[in-house]
Amino acid sequence: MTVIVFIIFVGLVLAISAYTSRKSSGIGGFFVANNAIEWEINGIAFAGSYLSVASFLGICGLIAFFGFDGFLYSIGFLAGWVIALFVIAEPMKRMGTFVFSDALDQRFNHRGIRLAAGISVLIVSLFYLVPQMVGAGVLIEPLLGISHFWGVIIVGSAVIAIVAVGGMTSTTYVQFFNGGLLLLFAVILTGAVLLRGISVNQTNIEEGDVDLTSYQFREIEAELQGESLDVDLSGAQLIGRHVEIGPNTSEETLVLYQISHLVPVIEDGEDDFVNIKGRMIPVTKDDFDVPFLAFEEMGNETYLRIQDWWRVVPGEGDMATLVETQFRAVHPDGSVNVNGIPESSENRMRQVGGVSQIPERFGTSTGAMGPLRLLGVVSDPNTIIQQPKNTAFLTNEGVEVTVYYEDPIKGSIFMRPGLLFPLEAKPGEPASTTLLNRLNFISLMLALFLGTAALPHILIRYFTVPDPDSARKSTIIAIISIGLFYIFTMYLGVGAINSRALNPETSNMSAPLLARSFGEVLFAMISGIAFTTVLATVSGLIMAASGAVAHDLMGSIRRREFSDDTKVRVGRLVTIVVGIIGIVLGIIFREMNVSFLVGWAFAVAASANLPSLVMMLFWKRTTAQGIISSILVGIFASVSLILLSPDMWARYGLDPANAPMPINQPGIVSIPLSFIVLVVVSLISAKRKAETDPLGPSLRE
Amino acid sequence: MSQHQINDKDFSEKRKSNIGVMMTVLYSIVYGGFVFLSVFYPSLMSLRTFFGMNLAITYGLGLIVTAIIFAIIYNQMVRMPRVDENSEKALKPDQKEKEG
Repeated sequence: MTVIVFIIFVGLVLAISAYTSRKSSGIGGFFVANNAIEWEINGIAFAGSYLSVASFLGICGLIAFFGFDGFLYSIGFLAGWVIALFVIAEPMKRMGTFVFSDALDQRFNHRGIRLAAGISVLIVSLFYLVPQMVGAGVLIEPLLGISHFWGVIIVGSAVIAIVAVGGMTSTTYVQFFNGGLLLLFAVILTGAVLLRGISVNQTNIEEGDVDLTSYQFREIEAELQGESLDVDLSGAQLIGRHVEIGPNTSEETLVLYQISHLVPVIEDGEDDFVNIKGRMIPVTKDDFDVPFLAFEEMGNETYLRIQDWWRVVPGEGDMATLVETQFRAVHPDGSVNVNGIPESSENRMRQVGGVSQIPERFGTSTGAMGPLRLLGVVSDPNTIIQQPKNTAFLTNEGVEVTVYYEDPIKGSIFMRPGLLFPLEAKPGEPASTTLLNRLNFISLMLALFLGTAALPHILIRYFTVPDPDSARKSTIIAIISIGLFYIFTMYLGVGAINSRALNPETSNMSAPLLARSFGEVLFAMISGIAFTTVLATVSGLIMAASGAVAHDLMGSIRRREFSDDTKVRVGRLVTIVVGIIGIVLGIIFREMNVSFLVGWAFAVAASANLPSLVMMLFWKRTTAQGIISSILVGIFASVSLILLSPDMWARYGLDPANAPMPINQPGIVSIPLSFIVLVVVSLISAKRKAETDPLGPSLRE
Repeated sequence: MSQHQINDKDFSEKRKSNIGVMMTVLYSIVYGGFVFLSVFYPSLMSLRTFFGMNLAITYGLGLIVTAIIFAIIYNQMVRMPRVDENSEKALKPDQKEKEG
């Protein structure tokens, strides 16, 4: 089913691009679709290009896992469009022809500006491109059952085929198609979420499909007697502990017990099974040689002794409640153990999440609800949400364990800022930590606000319409459609956690799993749309890179004007080369979570491109030297601050606390710096020019 | 194109850009207010507004809806000064039609 829908979608996309590619000849056709795109289509194409898998699946996942803080991205990603509309849209179309450096350079005609702008476009496009390609592979793997390697190659080849042949015309229509699909699908899914309402311990059981059954994690009473444990689990022995203590207090924030106990082996015909988290997992006794597992006979029954992790919730005195968790353990020999027995296609993580309490007046289910009331119920202090959490540690035996558990949290806390970005001062926290947390947050919100309007694949869409009026109107369509889409992300995220549709190991699967809880048709559709989303964003990025090389870099490096035919030929060649680079990097970075690169792209775009665009429009004394220095300093400052940030320090395997840059988000430093550099250099260079050339200032007036 | 029309065009660009800057500043204040509240008074974000929603959601959805409303207002405002547009209309009838 999924594969059929996928093939239909791919077929449609390729058909659209083949049909439209006829209009893509000549320099205008290839780079800017002959300026012939109607503003309505351009507006939806904006949405199709801008809404990447990061904003589609990423934000839904963040909202499902971290509540309101995920929605902060929606707010910031949309707010940036206000700047695009009010400041950038019309001047960009009025002053530019092919690339945004046309507009920057219009007053100056300076080769350095084109070189700097071209470099910045290439860097931002690549940062944006790599996570899209990795994401394509990561998504296609579970959605379609194709390996990561082939997933990336399929996506990459499709993009190259679309862009190299059809240029901006085909890219536009593919983006339009994708934007329309995304909106339609988000509306359908939001409607389904509202009809379902909020229920306590929502189950999505569909007979015969174990993947959809929910599993209630057990909670059992236990009595702690020194080192031993009295608990209703057969043959239970306490064999390990993991205790986490708050960073600034001596309070225990998480206590985990590793318990060895027996689970009955159930014989069914020739095969033997054990019940692991509600699934019957085959364990054939004769053919089951795992070092940490042993079969034990007791009376007539056979048992398997497994070891698993339980979360301890202290009660009165020695009493405590043990809450079942899930875990993945990687042993030194490389073998992987999920929930106590080896990982297999049957033995996988259960979905988590859910709402364990709603305000009393609703009973156990609210039934269908209006959009605002539903959010009211979710953010009610009497609503308890099972927030998925995890912790990773190394045992004394050298086993890397990641424990996944659910933390009950009030709806009123879940739906306000603070879970992903800590903002409030915690007890005992040094004032400097609180301050840095807050600066980090402000910095992120600043980069999102200022980055959107300076993204290269957004800027190139302004050149595909006939006139500045159309540029403005298409931006308004973009704001309306993207704004609505981001409002829907809230419902998709909330719906996913309410429907217990969360894969504890990856938040990105939340939206697809939510879709699957409504049936295979929606799941198949979302898989297809995820694919067209990658295609639409990547083809926009590649077109931006291609334009930058053909119009900016080539001319500024070789110092001569190239013919239109040469530019188109180079442009096509660049799309193939960049596409192949994207495929290679997408395969190399397979194991890495590279979604942080999208954040980089925004910070770099906001630091490198926005100051020069804004100042060029509003400050008459801006000089070419000022623009060049601002772009270069913006790139250099934002990239190096990211490389020195705590997040990167952790990636290098160093202690994040020692990172030279104390916060992860560079925007709050690099954006003002880029503005200051532009002003200072402009003033100095204008003064110098006035000294050497007395006609300079009078001519400028 | 006569000198008169060019000046008119310059004037309308100038006016558009002024309206744009004004609305950007307005929106930045609303957006900045949201960031300020989140950072310094996060507990206020739990205040209940209507339909049981808290301030965080109301403000957040409000920011998105405000952006959409601002966009539409801006479009109306920059289209307004079309008094002596008859000449333009006569020049480009088909473009006018498209804009409708």
